[in-house]
Amino acid sequence: MSILIDQNTTFIVQGITGREAVNLTRECLDYGSRIIGGVTPGRKGREVHGVPVYDSVAQLVESVGMVPDGSVVTVPPTFTRDAVFEAIEAGVKLVVIVTERIPRYDVAQMVELASLRGARIIGPNCLGVIRPGVAKMGGIGGPAKDAAKAYQPGPVGVMSRSGGMTTEISSTLTAAGLGVSTAISIGGDAIIGSTYAELMPLFEADDQTEAIVIYSEPGGRMEAELARWVRENKSRLPVVAFMAGRFMDEMPGMSFGHAGTIVEGKADTAAEKIARLHEAGIAVAEEIAEIPGLVAERIGKVMA
Amino acid sequence: MRFFEFESRRILAREGIPLSEHGFATTPEEARRIAGEIAGPVVIKSQVLTGGRMKAGGVRFADTPQEAGAHARDILALEINGHMPRGVLVDARAAIKQEYYAGVIYDGVRKLPTFVFSDMGGIDIEEVAAAHPDHIGRGHFSTILPHMDFRAKDVVAAVGVTGSELNRLTPILARLGQLFVKYDMTLAEINPLAQLEDGTFVAVDAHMDMENEGRPRQHELLAELGVGGEETREAREPTEFEIKGEEIDAADHRGVAGNVTEFEGNLGLVIGAGGGSLTLFDAVQALGGKPANYCEIGGNPSVSKACNLTKLVLSKPGVDKIAVMMSIVSNTRVDIVARGVIKACVELGHDPAEKIAIFRIPGAWEDEGFKLLERYGVEYCDRSVSMHEAARRAVEKVASADGRSAADEPRLEGRTSGEVEEV
Amino acid sequence: MAAMFIDVEVDESIHADAEMAKKLEQVCPVDIYAERDGRVAILDENLDECVLCELCINAAPTGSVRVRKLYDGTALGD
Ligand code: SF4
Repeated sequence: MSILIDQNTTFIVQGITGREAVNLTRECLDYGSRIIGGVTPGRKGREVHGVPVYDSVAQLVESVGMVPDGSVVTVPPTFTRDAVFEAIEAGVKLVVIVTERIPRYDVAQMVELASLRGARIIGPNCLGVIRPGVAKMGGIGGPAKDAAKAYQPGPVGVMSRSGGMTTEISSTLTAAGLGVSTAISIGGDAIIGSTYAELMPLFEADDQTEAIVIYSEPGGRMEAELARWVRENKSRLPVVAFMAGRFMDEMPGMSFGHAGTIVEGKADTAAEKIARLHEAGIAVAEEIAEIPGLVAERIGKVMA
Repeated sequence: MRFFEFESRRILAREGIPLSEHGFATTPEEARRIAGEIAGPVVIKSQVLTGGRMKAGGVRFADTPQEAGAHARDILALEINGHMPRGVLVDARAAIKQEYYAGVIYDGVRKLPTFVFSDMGGIDIEEVAAAHPDHIGRGHFSTILPHMDFRAKDVVAAVGVTGSELNRLTPILARLGQLFVKYDMTLAEINPLAQLEDGTFVAVDAHMDMENEGRPRQHELLAELGVGGEETREAREPTEFEIKGEEIDAADHRGVAGNVTEFEGNLGLVIGAGGGSLTLFDAVQALGGKPANYCEIGGNPSVSKACNLTKLVLSKPGVDKIAVMMSIVSNTRVDIVARGVIKACVELGHDPAEKIAIFRIPGAWEDEGFKLLERYGVEYCDRSVSMHEAARRAVEKVASADGRSAADEPRLEGRTSGEVEEV
Repeated sequence: MAAMFIDVEVDESIHADAEMAKKLEQVCPVDIYAERDGRVAILDENLDECVLCELCINAAPTGSVRVRKLYDGTALGD
């Protein structure tokens, strides 16, 4: 079993000729991922690190002779919705949206189309997915050699609303000798394609995963949804959470961190979320360095 | 960004939702003229972007234009929760048969826009939801299938409304839903939505929030409303420090120095990025430190951007030292940030080793960055030192510097400060 | 203020080479080189932005461009 990606997963990069996309392509290839093509309208015939570029996803599918499993979308916000629709309508089932600052309406539309077509979206405003030592889809962890420093295979699944903190937490787990099964940067927006609770069943079904760590922030109801999921499904996986942005509880209406990070109501506050998580038996770490210990305790491992 | 009530009303009018007769005034004379045109009892409402205006005396009733003018004069001079009004709204006071609530928000769990409707309008909808859940109707609607008015109908009918009321309310709620998505709103509500004695419905108060991400494509509406790009419409007005932070960010497209926010502390923070900043700010506070500011650096900033932001933080009165900290970076470069912060110290005539309490940025190009820091004698650490631990070192350094100068105070008598020895 | 961290040295042999000046101007991502009157000009105000990418060194004949790191005394292109 694996979560979202494995060594055979094929994917494309939409917006592949952009500056960040070129780096991301290099990093993924170096890490062992299978990128079978890229799309930038008007750039057909070019290559990016040996990856052929097409004008459209349909053209790519026709030319390569297969529908890729996934797509990493890194086009500007104005064009993201169309690019994602294009991928989904071509039959792509896993879309990682890196782009930030996409209006919520567009995100809702992409997510709605994805659910109609049985596709999954990760993001937007995320760094993607990594299976340590196997493949990565997106800029997560940075260049292959840096990714190797922070991400070693192990039993802990990581989900995080912050791309950077996905790596910080994974690095801490790796340094403690625990390691990571799959890490997913789920995105920092108010509406995202896949929430903690929606990804839990995948980890639940993955033999490699024995525990979950989440990084979370004020804003939204995603943590309450996870708490409910864990209670209702009697999850086999112990969950350890870290809640950043506690200071924001005193500053309603001010936005920090990510687009979705804002206290708009009582349920959005860090304090409220921590209470919900505790109710579901989820441990909440006071600092990142506590996380490996809390995980080890729960899976009966002795720390390195 | 939030809209004033008078703006929200203009948006409703634009979309064909009926309103009570009203006008917007910025002077008592205008208010009096509008009241004269309405020719009946009116209510004068302060136009501020904050709640509690009723309690604060920002809403008053008048029977004559003279009275309206006098109230307008008072309200225009009345500060509410630190906000001065943009003007006043002069609104006809018609006899109301019943008050309803109509709203649209996003549901982040179902990831769809949601209608919210109640036959108990005029009060806070959260209170209604808590005390009278059977008086609230909710229902999602599609963002890709058009022709979804029946969803609005279902929601109105859910609280027991039927007859001609149902047929009159459905298009109002449906239109509110349409304008909500069309204008990139995150909140659009009419409260109260009043039924007058003659059976017709009018919006009596409205509240709307547009998502910042939507602003670039809502130029037309914003221009029509006269909302300039410089108006942030955040929960509080930006300070001079914060405006300078934004200018530094805007001056250079390389990287991001975002959400620069001022606090009253003595430890300057040069921190990044989104999640890292939140984590580090919490850590500093939890450890008893007093941050002078918040910020988010990321996206591979240039040396000059890091330098200018650091200068801004260092120039803030009361800032003794800065802590330069981030979660592990993969896109932003350690050496580039190190150059920026060192340069800022040196150009302001400070010793970087003295001013930078701690530098904790592990990740891309760290070896190069650490070499630089060593050269300037700045205390730094790699990923083996946690973010929390780095914050602790910074807080302790500031505290001991504070303690030292306090302890030294009496001994300073008769000596120039240059002669004070380290203790 | 002058550069603190980086200095760039261009050999006499290419100083007056307009072609090379243009090339350097093109490759450097942070605009440290410019072609001025057929000569290689160094824009001091941008020196500290150097990202050590070595593109300039690879674009010029071996040994004709050196990027000095003033903070550790080493240089790229030596
Ligand atoms: S190393 Fe790169 S950044 Fe530095 S001067 Fe050469 S081309 Fe410019």
